[in-house]
Amino acid sequence: MFNKERKAGRFGVGLVAIAASAALALTGCSGSTDDSTGMATDGASETMAGGDANLAITFLPKNLGNPYFDTSNAGGAEAIEEFGGTYEEVGPTEASPTAQVPFIQTAAQQGVGALVVSANDPEAICDALNEARDAGVKVVTFDSDTNPECRDLFINQATSEGIAQVQVDLITEQIGDEGQIAVLSASANATNQNAWIEMMQTELEANHPNVELVEIAYGDDDDQTSFDKTAALLQTYPDLKGIVSPTTVGIAAAARYLSTSDYKGEVMLTGLGTPNQMREYVEDGTVEAFALWNPADLGYLAAYAAQALITGEISGEAGDTFEAGKLGSYTVDEGASVLLGDPYVFDAENIGDFDF
Amino acid sequence: MSTSAALLDKPTREYKAYQHSALRRVLVTRESAIIGLLVLVLVVASIGVDNFASPLTLTFLIREIAPILFIALPMTLIIITEEIDLSVASTLGLASVITGLGVQAGWPLPVAALLAILVGTLAGAINGSLVTFVGLPSLAVTIGTLALFRGIAVGLLGTTAISTFPDFWTDLARANIPATPVPVIIIPFLVLLVVFATLLHFTPFGRSLYTIGLNKEVASFSGINVGMTKFWLFVMSGAVSGLAGVYFTLLYNNSRGDNAIGMELQIIAAVLLGGVSIFGGRGAMHGVIAGVLLIGSLSSALRLAGVTSDIINVIVGTVLILSVVSASFLAWLRTKRIAAVGKKKGQAGSSGDTA
Amino acid sequence: MTSTSWGAAEQKSPFASLTHIIKARETGIAIALIAVIVAATAVNPSFLFSNDGFRDLLLTPSLLMVTAVGVGVVIITRNVDLSVGSTVGLTAYMTGRMFIDFPGIQPVFVFLAGIALGGLLGLINGALVAFGKVPALVITLGTMYIYRGINVAWAGSDRINASDMPASFRELGTQEILRIPVLTIIAVVVLVIAAWYLKNLRSGRELYAIGSDPDAAHLYGLKVTRNVLAAFIVCGALAGMAGVLYAARYGTVSSNAGYGWELQAIGAAVIGGVAISGGVGTVWGAAIGAYLLLTINRALPIIGIQDFWQRAVVGILIIGAIVLDRVLAVRQHQRLVESREGAK
Repeated sequence: MFNKERKAGRFGVGLVAIAASAALALTGCSGSTDDSTGMATDGASETMAGGDANLAITFLPKNLGNPYFDTSNAGGAEAIEEFGGTYEEVGPTEASPTAQVPFIQTAAQQGVGALVVSANDPEAICDALNEARDAGVKVVTFDSDTNPECRDLFINQATSEGIAQVQVDLITEQIGDEGQIAVLSASANATNQNAWIEMMQTELEANHPNVELVEIAYGDDDDQTSFDKTAALLQTYPDLKGIVSPTTVGIAAAARYLSTSDYKGEVMLTGLGTPNQMREYVEDGTVEAFALWNPADLGYLAAYAAQALITGEISGEAGDTFEAGKLGSYTVDEGASVLLGDPYVFDAENIGDFDF
Repeated sequence: MSTSAALLDKPTREYKAYQHSALRRVLVTRESAIIGLLVLVLVVASIGVDNFASPLTLTFLIREIAPILFIALPMTLIIITEEIDLSVASTLGLASVITGLGVQAGWPLPVAALLAILVGTLAGAINGSLVTFVGLPSLAVTIGTLALFRGIAVGLLGTTAISTFPDFWTDLARANIPATPVPVIIIPFLVLLVVFATLLHFTPFGRSLYTIGLNKEVASFSGINVGMTKFWLFVMSGAVSGLAGVYFTLLYNNSRGDNAIGMELQIIAAVLLGGVSIFGGRGAMHGVIAGVLLIGSLSSALRLAGVTSDIINVIVGTVLILSVVSASFLAWLRTKRIAAVGKKKGQAGSSGDTA
Repeated sequence: MTSTSWGAAEQKSPFASLTHIIKARETGIAIALIAVIVAATAVNPSFLFSNDGFRDLLLTPSLLMVTAVGVGVVIITRNVDLSVGSTVGLTAYMTGRMFIDFPGIQPVFVFLAGIALGGLLGLINGALVAFGKVPALVITLGTMYIYRGINVAWAGSDRINASDMPASFRELGTQEILRIPVLTIIAVVVLVIAAWYLKNLRSGRELYAIGSDPDAAHLYGLKVTRNVLAAFIVCGALAGMAGVLYAARYGTVSSNAGYGWELQAIGAAVIGGVAISGGVGTVWGAAIGAYLLLTINRALPIIGIQDFWQRAVVGILIIGAIVLDRVLAVRQHQRLVESREGAK
C-alpha cells in the first residue's frame, strides 16, 4: 500500500551526506584546535620521558551523570591543572563494561599519556586496557579495580576490610545488634560492592550472631531502580530493622523513600554516601550516620599518580614514592596499589563541615 | 536534480528505472548514495580528525561493529519481506550466557559455542513459529521475545559474570590477520556475506523475498510459500545472532545477561540507513554493509574528535531520519512537479514555478 | 472487528452489556491483576494492607500508565512511538532545570511547560510520520536517539537532586487524598478523559477507522494526516506529563531517566489488548496492562521468584496476550462464518 513512495531519494541522501560531513568537519576542526589534542598526538611518550612528557590524562568513570564521579573527576581536573597537563572526561551513559571499551580504545588511538578508569567489571575491560598499555598509555584504576595484570596502578579509596568494618559497625550499633538487615547494592557485578558485602557477611557471622542479612538487592546504581527496590525490600521483610547501601546512588534513593514512608526512624539506613546528597536526610533524622572517603581527594591522588607514571618517577613497584600536591607523599604498596586513607564517618555533628 | 527533470519529460508509469542507461541505474541509487556518504565521511575524518587514519582505527572499528555486521545480514532479508526482528540483541545476550554457562560447566569452548548457536536458532524458531504458524505480527512477537530472551539470559546468570574463557579462543577473537590491521573475524563474516548476498540476489528464494515484501497475495499466488519463507528467515536470524553472541562473549572475555542490550536498534538503524525499505520489497546487501560501516566510522571519528556519545546518538538519529524523510520529500516534490507539468501542458501557460 | 461483534451482541439480549463486560479483554487483564495482588498479599499481607504497601501499589504504576495511555492512542492509529522513554527523560530533566533556573516558579507552570515540551516532541514525531509518509517505527527510532542525546548533552554529568525542587512540588509525589495518592488521581483523570474521548467523540472514533485501514479511511474522506498528527501530540504530551510526575515522584533526575520505558509502555498496551496492527483496543486496557506489568515486578520477589526473572515473565505475558487475542479472533471469525452459513 505504500509502494508509491518507493523510488526516490537520490540527492536527498546527498543532502544528508553534506549535513553529516559538515558536522564531522566542524567537530573535527574544533576538536583539534581547542582541546589541544595536538599535544597528545605528538606521540611516543616513552622517548621523551621527563621534561616534555605527554601529560594528556583522560578520566573514564563508570558512567556519566553520577555525582560521585563528578566530585572525584573534579579533584582530578584540579590536580592536572596544578601540574600543567590536559584533562578530559569521557564515559558511557550506562554503567556497563562493554560500553566502556570504545572509550578505552579511543584513548589508545589518541595516544593519551594516561587513562584513569573506574572499572564496571574487573575482567571485561581487561584486554582493552592492555591494548591501550601496549600503545603506550599508562593505566590507573581508581574507585573500582580491574585484575592487577591489566593496569599499572590502583588507587584504593580505603581498604575493603576498613569499609566493610565501618558499615557493619554503623548498622549493628543503630539497630541494637539484633534483627534483620538487607543490603542495597549497585550492579550485581560491581567489583567493590561484592568484595565489601562478602567481608560484611563474614564480619556479621563472626561477631554479630543475632543480626541476619536477609537479602542483597541490586539497584544497578540507577536512582529509580534503587528507589523501587527499597520499597520492595520494606514490603518483603516487614521485620526489617536496617538497610546498608554501600553505594552513593543507592543510599540516597533509599533515604528518599524512607524519609516519606512510615518506616522513617523505624528502619535504620547507613552505607556510603556523599554529604551533599545525604544532608537533608541526616537533618530530618532518616539517617543517623554514614561513611565515605573524600572522592575529590581520590581523583586528585589518581591524577598525581598518573603523572608520576608518565614521567617515569614511579613504575608501580612496591616501595615507590611520589608527591601528590596538597595531599603530601604516598607510597606504592604490594600489588601496585596506593591507599588513600581511612573511611570517614559523617553524622549530624560534622556534616555541616563538608561540601561535596 | 537532472534526473528528476528528465523523468518529468516522460511521466510514463512503466519501468521508470529502465529508461536510463545501465550505468546510470547503478550509480543513481540509494545504495550508491550511502556508499558515497561513507567515502565522504572516511575522507573528511582522515583529513580532519587526528589519529583517524591509523591502522588501529580499522582494527577497533571492525571488532566493534562485527556483531552488528553479522546480524544485519539476516535482518536485511527479514525487513525486505516487511517483517522485523527486535529480539536479536536479546538472543545475542542469551547466547552469550549459554556460552558462559557451558564453559563454567567444564565443556570445551566449541561445544559451548555450538550449544549457544543452537539456542539462538531455537529462539529464532520460536519467533518464526509465532509469526508463521500462529499468524502474529512480527513487531508484537519480537517485542515480547525481546523481553523474554533477555529475561531468561538475566535470570540464568543472575548476579554473576563469567570471564573464564580459554585464552586460545579469546585471543583468536581479538587477533588480526597476520601482517594486517584487519581482525580475523572478518573472514567468517565475509563467508556469511557471500552466502547471504548470493541467497538474496541470485537465488529464486532471495528474489521471492522481494515479492513477499511488495505484495503477499501476489507472492502466494505465484507459488511462494510465504509462511515457511518467513519461518526460515527468523531461524537464520536467531542462528546468526547466536553466533554473534559467541563472538561478543569471546571478544570482551565476558558473559553477562545484559550483554549488547539495546543493540537491536543500532542494527535496524543501520539496515534502514543502508536503503532497505521498512515497507519491504526494497534493499540490497552492499547498501546495508555501507550503512553499518557508516554509523560505525562516524561514531569512531566523532569519538576521536572528542565528541561525547550523546551527540553521536543525536547525529546518528538525525542521519537516519533525514535519509528516510528525504526520500519521501523528493517523491512528494516530484508528484508536485508532475502535477505542475500536467497543468502546463493543459493550459500552455505559466512556467513551472514549483521546480 | 470488536465494534461489529459488539453491535451484534447488543441486539441479541438485554444482558448484552453485562456479557460484554465479562467477555471484554480488559476484564481478563483486570482479573489477572487482582489475582497477582491476592497472591502477593496472601504471602505477605503488607503488600496490600500496610500504608506504604497500599500507596506503592497505586503509585508505582501511575507514571507508566500515563505513558501507556498515550502510546495506546498512537498504536490504535496503526503507528508506534519508540521515543516516549526519551521524552519522559527530557521533560523530567527540564522540570528540575526550571525549578533551579527560575526560583519560586509556580509548579503549575512547570506542569504546563512539561506537557507543552512533550507535545512539541510528539508534534515533531507526528509531522515527520504524517507528512514524511515514513513509518513511525523508523522516525521514532531516530527521535529516540535524538531526544535522549539532547537530554544527555543538556544535563551533561549534572543531575537534579531532590533538594533542587521545592518541597511543595515533591510532596505531589507522596501526597494522598482519602489515602489515594495524588499522582494516581491525576493518572486516572487522564485515563478517563482519553477513554471517553476515544469512545464517544467523532474524532476519537476516526482514530480507530484510520488504524483499521488507513487507505480506506482516507478514501472515505477522513483527515488521516491531521488525526495521526493529533495522536502523536497527545502521546508526546502525556509522556511529557509523566516526565513532570517522574521528577515529583523520584526527586532525583539524571540523564537516563525514563530509559527503556518505550518498550514497557508498548508492552503494557499490547498486554492490555491494543493490537499492534492498529484499530483495536482501548486505553483502559493499556492502563490496566501498565498496572499489571509493574505490579508483577513488585510481586515476584514477594512470591519468592528471584527478581532476575521479571523480564522473562513480562515477555511471556506479552506473547501470551497476543496469542490469546489471535486465538479469540480466529474463533470469532469461525463463528461469524458459521452463522452466515446457518443463515443461508
